[in-house]
Amino acid sequence: MNNEHGFVRIFVTLILAMCLRILFLPESLAIFNPDWVLLVLIYWSLALPERVGISYAWFFGILTDVLMGRFLGQYALSYSLIVYLILIWHRQLRQYPLLQQSVFVFGCLLISQLLLFWFENLKVPAQLHGAFWLPVLSGTASWFVVYHVMRFVRRF
Amino acid sequence: MRLLIAIIAAVILLITEYRSERLMPLRATLSLFTDTLKYGVDLPVSLFESISETLTSYEMLKDENTNLRREQLINKMQLLKFEALEKENIRLRALLENSFKLGEQVLIAELLSINLTPYEHIMVVNKGTRFGVHQQQPVLDTNGVVGQVFRALPFSSEIMLITDPNHAIPVQVNRNGLLTIAVGSGVSNQLNLPYLPNNADIQAGDLLITSGLGGTFPAGYPVAVVDNFPQTSNKSITHITATPKAQLDRNRELLIVWTNNVSIPLITPLVKTPAPNE
Repeated sequence: MNNEHGFVRIFVTLILAMCLRILFLPESLAIFNPDWVLLVLIYWSLALPERVGISYAWFFGILTDVLMGRFLGQYALSYSLIVYLILIWHRQLRQYPLLQQSVFVFGCLLISQLLLFWFENLKVPAQLHGAFWLPVLSGTASWFVVYHVMRFVRRF
Repeated sequence: MRLLIAIIAAVILLITEYRSERLMPLRATLSLFTDTLKYGVDLPVSLFESISETLTSYEMLKDENTNLRREQLINKMQLLKFEALEKENIRLRALLENSFKLGEQVLIAELLSINLTPYEHIMVVNKGTRFGVHQQQPVLDTNGVVGQVFRALPFSSEIMLITDPNHAIPVQVNRNGLLTIAVGSGVSNQLNLPYLPNNADIQAGDLLITSGLGGTFPAGYPVAVVDNFPQTSNKSITHITATPKAQLDRNRELLIVWTNNVSIPLITPLVKTPAPNE
């Protein structure tokens, strides 16, 4: 894959992930809508750790903050932290079967959601209910899909 | 090392955002990019709507037209009466030496079909600071109060609904003028009325209207209807709820309101009312 091409691919997939993030769904489905941007970032930092690093995570985190109307820096912080974890462990992670990877992804999504929960609590003592944690589960489940789709995109 | 820089930068941003409004220009610049995404996601839905609109048959359009014309006629007649009532109200208030505020301008904004966060009741509309929209403006639909502008970006703005758990709106009971506050419940189509004294005169079916206290919402717009609640002696511990009048989940068109803060002087009762826009 030449340089120019890969760059475009990474950008397009991340932008598509941002679109998925705000997709209009009926409310019963919307509570399951996982953090697609983070999933795609996890994939790219696993596949091309020398290319997609913390700066990508931070930049797209800021964009997600604006997109979702959060405090600026909320997603930037959690995304860069998670991409950092992946950069440390990417050699082992790539050897793992998909199932074990998904356990790790579950952990990442949980950390991100926990940070988000903490920030929401800072803003106002949040009155969040159980559905707040559902995207973590659905995100873990969709890791299998994301992984295969993204591998197809990368090798295409 | 990179992580350290990223975290410090993010924390600095968070703290400035937490303390002040200074980051609004940065957010507005970045929103130029994210707003294109919002419009892009909304595009299929609005395209589908406009196509189905062009494909509706002549008969249906004719029917709709007659219905609308009839409605318009009824509305006009009611407005005639309303104008007389308004004049009378101004005269009466002049007798009571009370000022009277009126004159509101509206802008029609369309909802973008996107979902931000399911646990927050926030909607996005297609009008922003480019149209003069600013923070804390009241938002209505044809039935009642919808919410207020939470954040205005150049080409879109986020609207917090009255059902959001972080939203509270000062209301009064239309029947007797009892003042209270309606707090969002976090459940769609439900408001809570937690601040009622023991002996409050409130019944199921009472209409709640905005009281105009607090200054964000103009007085006199319908907000909600009180639901049935069990009759007990202690109203302050009874969980009293109300259903919003506005169709929060259905409407695609909303009205953003500019309130005219200039009070009408007391001595001139026959003031010409500014023509309502659109």
